[in-house]
Amino acid sequence: MDKFKKNVEAFKEVCRSLAATFRFTGEAIAKGSWKVKASAVIFGFGHILRKQFLRGFAFLAGEAALLWVVFGFGWQYISKFASLGDSSGGYNPDGTISYGDNSFFILLYGILVIIAIVGFFILWGMNLRDSYRCEKRLAEGRKLPTSKEDWHSLFDKNFAQTLLTIPVIGIFVFTVLPILFMICIAFTNYDKDHTPPAALFDWVGFENFRKIFDFGGAGLGSTFFKVLGWTLCWAFFATFLNYFLGMGVAILINRNGIKFKKFWRTILVMTIAVPQIVSLLYIGKLFATDGLINLFLMNHGIIDRAIPFWTDANYARVLIILINLWVGIPYMMLIATGLLMNIPADLYESARIDGANSFQMFRKITLPYMLFVTGPFLLTSFTGNLNNFNVIYLLNKGQPKSMSLSDGAGATDLLVTWLYTVTVTNNDYKIAAVIGIMIFIVTAVIALVVYGMLPSVKDEEGFQ
Amino acid sequence: MSRKRKIGNFFAYVLLVIISVIWLFPFVGLVLQSFRSYNTEFGGMVGYLVPKHFSLDSYIYLFSGECKFVRWYLNTLIIALFVTAGQTVVVVCVSYALSRMRFVGRTFLMKTWLILGMFPGFLTMICLYFLLKLLGLTQAGAVPGLILIGVASSGMGYYVCKGYFDTIPKSLDEAARIDGATRAQILISMIVPLSKPIIIYTALVAFMAPWCDYVFASYVAFGHSNSYNVAVSLQNWVWTNDYQGFFTRFCAGGILVAIPVTILFMCLQKYYVEGVTGGAVKG
Repeated sequence: MDKFKKNVEAFKEVCRSLAATFRFTGEAIAKGSWKVKASAVIFGFGHILRKQFLRGFAFLAGEAALLWVVFGFGWQYISKFASLGDSSGGYNPDGTISYGDNSFFILLYGILVIIAIVGFFILWGMNLRDSYRCEKRLAEGRKLPTSKEDWHSLFDKNFAQTLLTIPVIGIFVFTVLPILFMICIAFTNYDKDHTPPAALFDWVGFENFRKIFDFGGAGLGSTFFKVLGWTLCWAFFATFLNYFLGMGVAILINRNGIKFKKFWRTILVMTIAVPQIVSLLYIGKLFATDGLINLFLMNHGIIDRAIPFWTDANYARVLIILINLWVGIPYMMLIATGLLMNIPADLYESARIDGANSFQMFRKITLPYMLFVTGPFLLTSFTGNLNNFNVIYLLNKGQPKSMSLSDGAGATDLLVTWLYTVTVTNNDYKIAAVIGIMIFIVTAVIALVVYGMLPSVKDEEGFQ
Repeated sequence: MSRKRKIGNFFAYVLLVIISVIWLFPFVGLVLQSFRSYNTEFGGMVGYLVPKHFSLDSYIYLFSGECKFVRWYLNTLIIALFVTAGQTVVVVCVSYALSRMRFVGRTFLMKTWLILGMFPGFLTMICLYFLLKLLGLTQAGAVPGLILIGVASSGMGYYVCKGYFDTIPKSLDEAARIDGATRAQILISMIVPLSKPIIIYTALVAFMAPWCDYVFASYVAFGHSNSYNVAVSLQNWVWTNDYQGFFTRFCAGGILVAIPVTILFMCLQKYYVEGVTGGAVKG
């Protein structure tokens, strides 16, 4: 409950500061001089008149850029945003091709224009408030920072802005915009039958979400929940088996009297060093019906028929978890080795004097310490495993396909590999978008719930 | 040493040897099969590990004009080098700003990025493809396109690096500021040299990723074989229906890909261990 109250407080605080910002913007318009008021139309006007050229022209350039986005090319898209275009292209009677509306670009640029309009108002307010603040400063008889000082502050006081501008723009264009776009796609009928420029796609509301929860004949409900179930099951085993076995291997190598510790570790670390595209593809083929293991066993008469490693759903699922041990144990071994050395040796010493055996020491000292310290790591590796594309895809591409799963899903498909198949093989972008949103929801819910339960979050000082 | 301990150690050694054999088996197999003679033994999968005739057939094929493996290899190397440089700079910049400076919107930024990180990367594949296409960076321009994709969103992966910066005492910064150093000077002449291990870790991880990038590379370079990278070619060789003939070639190509990456990793292993251990504890 405490946490809930804290969140409410934080939310109230944000609201308060937003309200204060609005009030101050209003005050700037009401009480500012004509220079400030002119800035509401021509951004940076006040600054330029006050010879703060750098700031002034920066605001002006921002305004020009945003206006260009909105009116330069954006209006023709945003005006069709509600219908996503109404005339599809086609062949004219004289054989030439006429290009109609392109729903894809209408949606993409529409989102961009909406963001540009919001950005325009934020910039507008920033420019007004800053102009008014400078004016007040002058009235108090203090000096304004010159352009030169502004420039220098970009490498000192405001260095964060300089550092973050390019990364933030990059993330905006290549992550935020595409994610917003795909969220919108989940509410359209964009698929291989509705691919621009040949055809239009259109808003369909919650139709796709209904389909993914629909257990009827044409619905994807049973497939979705089967894939989700396997995804959770896989993430559980992949995380915890790797965790405990990796810790076990680390303890084994750390054991007193074992020589060549570095040598053993190096052998395991090879797995991390060799690119997975090489090692996993090779291992995947080792177990193929006509792979080395099956052929070897058959040539020597040990089995008559190939073991269906990848063609039987249950074999494939177990095998993929086992092979993931090969991938994950070395990684965990590295982490555990470093952490085990941090446990004070006298804890073990006193436990030994009290007559504890090694298993008791592991249970009472090592494990609680490791769980405490690596709690956040367990969480991130669990969510990472939910989306562990490489292992599944490189080993067997989510095979085997099965009659009980529709839309290209296979028995070992995780939600994320299914998403890939749906996008690339089926070109069913609307369903891919819905699956993506579902993955997000699953990840976010697990992350939020578990994060609150972590001992190291609840009790930060506990082990220090 | 007690008798009990000796027996325990014996079993520990046995276990370690078994583990080593399992862990090394795929690599031994890969190396051996890459030397199988293509002409006399057929390039597909067989039921024995040690080739009957050793030869360099598969390697000769890779360097002959029959395939563009050299080209693909160079593509991957170029992508990896540029992505490494770009990502390292971006991650260091973002980490410094978030670790050392307090500004309006800092928590908002961090929370937004955390939430964005929960969306699966492949969700936006189609949209990224068309964004790159608008910029002319698909098919023939796939190499710069993949570099752009690799660098553009890398700011979100700041966690490990920022965690390391947080452990450098702030009093060092303050002392430097009293001496008149600007933030930029502190970053370049103090924080960067002090953070060598984590910067090497960041660069190493960034360098290794493009070698495995099959998904975006095959999508962006679709149908334009000059823009492929090694991951696309290896994957194609293994999964095409005639992989029977290409299996030893895949092994040989895999060895050529693995050697430089593995050697580099082994040399920088120390920094990698430091990075993952620090990252695991801080989450």
